[in-house]
Amino acid sequence: MKRKHRRLLVVLTSLGLLGAASALVLSAVEDSLVFFYTPSDLASRSTPPDTLFRLGGLVEEGSVRRDGSTTHFRVTDLKRAIPASYTGILPDLFREGQGVVAEGTLTTDGSFTAREVLAKHDETYMPKEVADALRESGQWRDGEAKP
Amino acid sequence: MIAEIGQFVLILTLVLAAVQATLPLWGAARGDAALMALADRTAIGQAAALLVAFAALTYGFVTSDFSLELVYNNSHSLKPMLYKVSGVWGNHEGSMLLWILVLALFSAAVALFGRNLPPSLKARVLAVQAMIGLGFLAFIIFTSNPFARLSPAPLDGAGLNPLLQDPGLAFHPPLLYLGYVGFSMAFSFAVAALIEGKVDAAWARWVRPWTLAAWTFLTAGIALGSWWAYYELGWGGWWFWDPVENASFIPWLFGTALLHSAIIVEKRDALKSWTILLAIITFSMSLLGTFLVRSGVLTSVHAFAVDPERGVFILGILIVTIGGALTLFAIRAPNMKGGGLFSPVSREGALVANNMLLAVAAGTVLLGTLYPLILEGLSGGDAKVSVGPPFFNATFGPIMVPLVLMMAAGPMLAWKRGNLRTVAPKLIPAAIASVLAIVATFVLVPGGPVLAPFAMGLAVWLAAGTLAEWAGRINLFRVPLGDSWRRLKGQPRAASGMTLAHLGLATMIVGITGSSAWRTELVTTLVPGQSADGAGYTVTLAEVTRGRGPNYNYERGLLTISDKGREITTLTAERRFFPVANQTTTEAGIYTTILADLYGVIGEPGRTPETADAWTVRFFVNPLVPWIWLGAMVMVFGGSLSLTDRRHRVGAPRRGRTASAPQPVTAAAE
Repeated sequence: MKRKHRRLLVVLTSLGLLGAASALVLSAVEDSLVFFYTPSDLASRSTPPDTLFRLGGLVEEGSVRRDGSTTHFRVTDLKRAIPASYTGILPDLFREGQGVVAEGTLTTDGSFTAREVLAKHDETYMPKEVADALRESGQWRDGEAKP
Repeated sequence: MIAEIGQFVLILTLVLAAVQATLPLWGAARGDAALMALADRTAIGQAAALLVAFAALTYGFVTSDFSLELVYNNSHSLKPMLYKVSGVWGNHEGSMLLWILVLALFSAAVALFGRNLPPSLKARVLAVQAMIGLGFLAFIIFTSNPFARLSPAPLDGAGLNPLLQDPGLAFHPPLLYLGYVGFSMAFSFAVAALIEGKVDAAWARWVRPWTLAAWTFLTAGIALGSWWAYYELGWGGWWFWDPVENASFIPWLFGTALLHSAIIVEKRDALKSWTILLAIITFSMSLLGTFLVRSGVLTSVHAFAVDPERGVFILGILIVTIGGALTLFAIRAPNMKGGGLFSPVSREGALVANNMLLAVAAGTVLLGTLYPLILEGLSGGDAKVSVGPPFFNATFGPIMVPLVLMMAAGPMLAWKRGNLRTVAPKLIPAAIASVLAIVATFVLVPGGPVLAPFAMGLAVWLAAGTLAEWAGRINLFRVPLGDSWRRLKGQPRAASGMTLAHLGLATMIVGITGSSAWRTELVTTLVPGQSADGAGYTVTLAEVTRGRGPNYNYERGLLTISDKGREITTLTAERRFFPVANQTTTEAGIYTTILADLYGVIGEPGRTPETADAWTVRFFVNPLVPWIWLGAMVMVFGGSLSLTDRRHRVGAPRRGRTASAPQPVTAAAE
């Protein structure tokens, strides 16, 4: 096989592969993008009940209530709050007054059912989206002590 | 005082790096042997100086010198000694110091052991290493000084993040860095070759062992991190396609491709410019990984507190390194003509396909990891998204299928021109075994996704094909067993290493399939003495005790697991509360058998007086998870075995030839 032919074959195969990969990526991206909303975002838009999304904010002080293995709590961005629940063992750093990011869906009554509560490794860490959201709602400015 | 020595030595290293990055390069251009030889001395000097700096910081941690800000923030006098030491790299500043130390050690290894490298190539390699080192040393000294003092010195420290106080994680960062930074060797050799304008088989022979060593360390590092996440985070999972995990996985994928393409350069003198490009990309991905982890631009479940300004500095290093290397590549690569021609069906062809698939797979992982950043940038910060496991499963998985299918056949193909008709009969046993595995899985394991049995078939195909190739090499069953044994002992270690690494991957696929297809779990609330049925077992919370560890208080739950009245084991699951850090960690109780892990975690008790004795219990049956760790160990062992191959030791072939020369004489004398 001549060098020219070999190169053509390699180029064609690579293009084919890239095409196949792009097709895979495009079809997968559509169903697997998970958007991030704050309680205020949710109030200003309509989210269909079975869409998976991430809800971020602070766990409202005094809102955590246990019921068997289900935990009820409220997620707030200090402007609005949304009732949420999670069944299972919460991450070790889940605490009142701390930042939280939970992935789940809205139920028909407007409360949030978390499928997963994302863990953090460090108690001084604030999820970036939560920090941004609090900054937007004017509740937290850089350099200040975290709420 | 000791810390000030560390600080001084760091600055000294910066000067040495500046010298090493410039003078030897000039010397190589002018053919000045003295200037070129200077690189050896500065490289060894840098390594020695950084060892002193690292020892100074370790001394600060071990003696709990809280006048050092870093020690104050990350250590505590009550902490066990192992974690005082691992606390050195369990934080940003210390881990960057470790990064640069590893880089310097690799450079020193080239200076010490690369005696028969051409002097100009060696000088240029060391100069490029020093340029990388210069960037990161400046980064440490100007943005993240590990030796900053606190005045007045506090009485006790704030403690290391309790999640990091674990033997698995104590060794995870050093191994990972040996891998990440090890790829800098391939990068420096590639850039040096571009400057020289020459890439030949000898070049590939020098690059291969470094790449292989880095790959082996990275494999071990990723596996250790994954194992840690599995037993320490208490979610029952071991891989989350999280940005921080992907940051280590992308260089691994490119590094694996590089490992294979370097073989073609060495054996067939082809694919040169592609291999150079891969070497540049692999290390660039290591740098990108460092940037993603250290800057916190992506939200990760593994995120630690981060500082965006440091991110900008690393981004600068990243742009200069990648941009510079790629510009050089664009100028010089067209001159690199490959020699060996080959037909598409050949060992080279299979390796090229391996490279394409691995590169495309790494590309999709990279795209998925960076997509949230891209979208946020395009939408002006309004659209915040995350890309989760479904994306990676849907894109990465399908690309791996043809790769694994080919992996069984590739090693059987001849170099230059292979013949499918001679290879096909050798694969018939593998095909039969694979079909049997698919049918057996369908019949024996009901439930789970339809694709799972096919994934099992794929793993068996790879294992059987690899074994068939190995059996063919030693003529198993075709000659007397004694002859096969002799052939086995005569096998080059690199070939045996390849067989082991491929078998390791097959084992890992079995584990990955099992754990993702047939995992079952039970979440419930139990008071001590109470039982619940789920996941095919009866789980009894036997008792909960409270006590004190070295620097924590624990709640220890004993979970008795029984199957239809027959007691199997008692799992010990703990929640540990670390008062210094005001933080709780979970220790999963795990019972491992060859077929599955039984995995139990306890959560908080209720908060009201009536429910104060009711504990949340989570119990998983994780089928075949031990196979993942077994597979990783086999891969690491394969890599290490291959590293000991004498052909990889530069200079060994020449010595080997003189040593083996007298042999025919003795044979004749016998």
